[in-house]
Amino acid sequence: MAFLELRKVSKAYGTGPERTEVLKDLDLSIEEGEFVAIVGFSGSGKTTLMSLIAGLIKPDKGEVLMRGKPVTGAGPDRGIVFQSYSLLPWLTVRENVGLGVDTVHGKLSSDEREKKIRFYVEMVNLSPAIDKRPSELSGGMRQRVSVARALALNPEFLLLDEPFAALDALTRGTLQVEVERIWRRDRKTVLLITNDVDEGMLMADRIIPLTPGPGATLGPSFPVHLDRPRDHTELNHDPEFRQLRNSVLTYLTEIRAQHRAASRATAPRNYKLPNLKPIDLRYL
Amino acid sequence: MAGHVELFNLTKIYDPARNKVAVVREFNLDMHEGEFVSLIGHSGCGKSTVLTMVAGLNDVTEGAIVVAKREIAGPGPDRGVVFQSPSLLPWMTAFDNVMLGVQRVFPHATKAERVEVVSYYLDIVGLGSSMQKKPKELSEGMQQRVGIARAFALAPKMLLLDEPFGKLDSLTRMELQDVLLGLLQQNRVTTMMVTHDVDEALLLSDRIVMMTNGPEARVGETLVMPFERPRVRVDVLAHKSYYELRGCMLGFLADQDKRHHVPEKEAEAVGPATVPDLA
Repeated sequence: MAFLELRKVSKAYGTGPERTEVLKDLDLSIEEGEFVAIVGFSGSGKTTLMSLIAGLIKPDKGEVLMRGKPVTGAGPDRGIVFQSYSLLPWLTVRENVGLGVDTVHGKLSSDEREKKIRFYVEMVNLSPAIDKRPSELSGGMRQRVSVARALALNPEFLLLDEPFAALDALTRGTLQVEVERIWRRDRKTVLLITNDVDEGMLMADRIIPLTPGPGATLGPSFPVHLDRPRDHTELNHDPEFRQLRNSVLTYLTEIRAQHRAASRATAPRNYKLPNLKPIDLRYL
Repeated sequence: MAGHVELFNLTKIYDPARNKVAVVREFNLDMHEGEFVSLIGHSGCGKSTVLTMVAGLNDVTEGAIVVAKREIAGPGPDRGVVFQSPSLLPWMTAFDNVMLGVQRVFPHATKAERVEVVSYYLDIVGLGSSMQKKPKELSEGMQQRVGIARAFALAPKMLLLDEPFGKLDSLTRMELQDVLLGLLQQNRVTTMMVTHDVDEALLLSDRIVMMTNGPEARVGETLVMPFERPRVRVDVLAHKSYYELRGCMLGFLADQDKRHHVPEKEAEAVGPATVPDLA
């Protein structure tokens, strides 16, 4: 039995002529301990898919099953990290992470509780900032707190919804490596949603493209059999990396082109450019 | 030589009275007409300083910039600029935003001709059915398309792109790179682009100039792209040299990372580099 299974899941928003089908007949199966990356275009329904799995919304049709049982709501067995860090601004790093610890370990002595909090804060390299509030932290540090809080739930399943998209390239690279390292330690099941093929190549066991919406569905799986830990610069020399990266990028380029051609209501009008010379404003 | 561009011993010192450290020192670059050159380097290496000097938005401390045989003095519509944020006027439609500049540079054209110019470029960037929308009704990617159409519509001698797709997600970025590639295929404007994105530079450029870390930034190494034009992304990716060149750039950037942390004296010992003569 698969760890997570989606069977013919469809979801639409709106009613009547305004109704937009976001996901259509989507099938997905993830094994326990697998790290899966779903790569999708902006507006294709990535967050809708994540919310369905998290149990925040219900599908119109089809089933979302975790260990064979239908998902009926949110729960601490699934930790989520969003692109917006969603921290409580009036609480320190310790208190924000403490929320996660309290959710799953209700009756801990204050010593044990503190030990657990420190453990997760240390895991994301934030110990020096443990007494700071979110407003005193950089974007990358805030996202680390959010990761620590999700990990503190000790979830069976970690859901990462474009977690690094709002960060600059350097910070993004650092966090990708850190989160992959944390994952390698206990190999919990992870679903990463991203718009970045290279992020998937660096972190995941399998990359699955989400086709452009409306009516998005999943494309073929691309297994990533590259040794871990993976290094961005070293990967570039690996022929297997090159071939796989090109296959994924080619697939995405082609599916988008097909989609554009099909959804274009009217052909481009092909205006004719008149032959004009711009005036030189310096002589005015 | 309508689009020939020459940067000669370009040097920039901010506040020279108090500070002797140059952000950019003796930067030399020759671009032939229709050439696409990318400047790549880490944040703060001075690549945007070079670009804004060519745009005429930033004073030159020493050296000169010659565009189409004339030394530039200040900004002008002969150089179209696209920044990271599209900077559209929010109360105007996409059409009116592009028309604004078109009116200024084609005052002798008929109204019908000006409408045709604006429509032509908006259509080509894929906004044929969204011309009458205001910026807030358009996604960030669509807004940047308007910015690109606006720059091309002025028939500039040169195009300056300062991380034009830096704020977009990676798949939208790829889509806009293809739009830009298509436009340049029809209209080979001399272009200088500043970017962080290695794959973007490879796909679009004829030549890539890798800049050393500032201060005192210079031309570090130059790569010449072997890919034929017209280009298609899938073919460029499959070219036998693609990943070698990508590796060169990633290696250079990683090297600069390390060099960033050595004491200043050692850093100075890195000798000056000049652009190889590629005429």
